[in-house]
Amino acid sequence: MEAFAHIWQPVVLTIELATITTLSLLVVATPLAWWLARSHSWWKEAVATVVSLPMVLPPTVLGFYLLIALGPDGPGGMVATLWGARTLAFTFTGLVIGSIFASMPFVVQPIRNAFAAMGDRPLEVAATLRASPTRAFWTVALPLASPGLLTGAVLGFAHTVGEFGVILMIGGNIPGRTRVMSTAIFDYVETMQWREANILAGGMVVFAFAVILSMILIEKRVSRARA
Amino acid sequence: MMMKLAMLAAALTALLSSFAGSAEAGQTNVAVAANFTEPAKEIAALFKQKTGNQAILIFGASGAFFTQITHDAPFHVFLSADQDRPKAAVEGGYAVPGSLFTYAIGKLVLWSKVIDVTKGDEALKAGAFLKLSIANPTAAPYGTAAIETMKALGVYDALKAKIVQGNSIAQAFQFVDTRNAEVGFVALSQLFGVTTGTRWLVPQDLYPPIRQDAVLLKKGENDEVAKAFLEFLKGPEARAIIEKFGYGLD
Repeated sequence: MEAFAHIWQPVVLTIELATITTLSLLVVATPLAWWLARSHSWWKEAVATVVSLPMVLPPTVLGFYLLIALGPDGPGGMVATLWGARTLAFTFTGLVIGSIFASMPFVVQPIRNAFAAMGDRPLEVAATLRASPTRAFWTVALPLASPGLLTGAVLGFAHTVGEFGVILMIGGNIPGRTRVMSTAIFDYVETMQWREANILAGGMVVFAFAVILSMILIEKRVSRARA
Repeated sequence: MMMKLAMLAAALTALLSSFAGSAEAGQTNVAVAANFTEPAKEIAALFKQKTGNQAILIFGASGAFFTQITHDAPFHVFLSADQDRPKAAVEGGYAVPGSLFTYAIGKLVLWSKVIDVTKGDEALKAGAFLKLSIANPTAAPYGTAAIETMKALGVYDALKAKIVQGNSIAQAFQFVDTRNAEVGFVALSQLFGVTTGTRWLVPQDLYPPIRQDAVLLKKGENDEVAKAFLEFLKGPEARAIIEKFGYGLD
């Protein structure tokens, strides 16, 4: 039974991490995606590129810079001093920050596409009906973009669950705090605990299958609804 | 177009012959426990200088290497950070019986760039730090030694919540080096040439000796370069390097 708790703990922690990361990302990524979709600013594509970088860079690059940034010499360390700590590395908060950066492109991209796809027309119509821009955003743009938001949320959640390199580099492998599924599997494999590794890895495969399948089904339903 | 093709062909030929050339000179893949990184580099450089052969070094945690070796990793020689894994490799038929020997005896050090740990036992008992970095004890013997030390001092239970684990001793070192952890148990060899921070050489009676064994793997059984490298590792020149980095010898 204790062995079971040993396996269960990283699962719970992973779900917590992915949930908090996804919610934070929706808050951060939605306005960013809106701006990227609507703005005519010349430097918006530069911003979009920066956001997309984690998709291309190896996680070790992100992990390396995060370790420095979260540490006592970086901004993370400065924030940590507020509650008497010295670093945000090895903390759950640190993992959330790392995951937000790592998963950002997977959330921003589909939301931006959804905002861009609706075009100016619905908002113009809303304006002629005397809706303020804010009201139009909440009552017209967001509902129209909801499939994009859903796709972004699912992808962000899934990518956070799958994140490994960044967490290995900034986590410190602390049970119940920073030891998530991907690093626990790594540990089990390294120490030849095949049974535990199998349970977690098999679970991940099933999870990933369910995510991708549901994405395909959502897309189908949306395109059918539009047709 | 023809010009370009001809140039490409020439480049390819040059590339292929350079591969062939390096194969002739002889090379061998050596899996090296992370704590032995620096001495291994020096020894491999000297080995190349003396014999012309190249030892390609792969660094990592001993536990990870062992798993890889049991899964057909292309390593010819294994320099472990412990005795158990080379022994298990022989027993499991992955290594050549009789090739086993202790190449170094590791020393554990408490190191800090933030607080004064020159009196390490007192610093550990005082516990005036938030994070203590060690190597993952299930994969790296230096991690086990760190835990044994804390247990011997009677501070393990008090410090348990402050422990962060590096994936290998190299990461444990890096956590202290970046000051993300104020203190950490590292290998003395890692502190060679390091002048920053304060350190405490953990007395040998607090933890079981970290005897590090080398073994010739089955993949290297017929590899003359692998055998030569192991012989070189036993020789006086290699031993001098090993001692310089603070390891004990048999």
